[in-house]
Amino acid sequence: MHELWALFSTFFRIGACTFGGGYAMLPMLTRELVDKRAWVTQEDLADYFAIGQCTPGIIAVNTATFVGYQRKKYAGGVVATLGLVAPSCIIIAAIAAVLSEFTSIAAVASAFSGIRAAVCGLIFASAWKLFRAAVVDAFTLALFLVGLVLSLACSLSPVLIILLAGLCGAARIALGGKKA
Amino acid sequence: MIYLQLFAEFFRIGLFSVGGGLATIPFLTQLSEKTNWFSLAQLADMIAVSESTPGPIGVNMACYVGMTTAGIGGVLCAAIGLITPSVLIIFAIARVLAAFRQNRWVDGVFRALRPMAVALIFAAGVSVCRIALFPNGQLALVPLCIALLAFAGATWAKKVHPIAWIALGAVAGIAFL
Repeated sequence: MHELWALFSTFFRIGACTFGGGYAMLPMLTRELVDKRAWVTQEDLADYFAIGQCTPGIIAVNTATFVGYQRKKYAGGVVATLGLVAPSCIIIAAIAAVLSEFTSIAAVASAFSGIRAAVCGLIFASAWKLFRAAVVDAFTLALFLVGLVLSLACSLSPVLIILLAGLCGAARIALGGKKA
Repeated sequence: MIYLQLFAEFFRIGLFSVGGGLATIPFLTQLSEKTNWFSLAQLADMIAVSESTPGPIGVNMACYVGMTTAGIGGVLCAAIGLITPSVLIIFAIARVLAAFRQNRWVDGVFRALRPMAVALIFAAGVSVCRIALFPNGQLALVPLCIALLAFAGATWAKKVHPIAWIALGAVAGIAFL
């Protein structure tokens, strides 16, 4: 019971501090789940994100469900996901009427330009941490570079890119590659 | 009745949008045309708002549509409708994963998936960069400083909560932008 509450409140906090999309959640996820509580490892997070890219639904929600399931099975998955979406529900229900006016105030626009810039820095910081966990040898480095080029230059669908990686991984095992 | 409709429509959206919250937008455009619950102009507003309020964008969009359509009940139906398909799918995947995680093949696949996922995150960072640091096509100095500060802070001042950098960004934005 205590664990379920911890799941709810942790993801509530994460949901409340995420501005601007699922990737912006990464720093919060790393801090709360990896650094503070050691509920998952950095590698696990990268795995959930990889899967979350390919499965339907919002990546943030998928990650919450995954982690919740890891901790407390179905109850955990439900509770963590509800925790994540609760702040959105509350805030929007409370101020929906005035939100449009809120966003047209000049100071607000400036504040959000600043926030966007900060989020940019934070995403790269998280990406860097995940990089150190995920890229461990020449094979993984090659995959990373190919993935980077494919997504930046070709705007290939993320689903395809992830599936491509999966195939490479399977092929490597098939060809007798050793575990790194 | 409208509650059920909201749940069903957002269940459908949750089932078919893959990836980030912005993937929900084409579906929301269709929804606007189909139900007239909100106009396309309102949709544009909602997108702006959803990017500003905390929480994942897709969830915010669902809550906003739910609220304007049917009040608090609408918020709950839309939000829960949106997340239900992915929760069920993830449960199925997680169950299978738990059983096969130690399998050589599965392990090999994941070792390859991770760097790819990281590459995608870097790519996402680059797109955010374009919007945040090159607002008019040219590199803007203040956002660049904010981004560098946030990066440095998150990487080397680990004890500081990420929200502090966001708050700093907001303040700096108001002060300098």
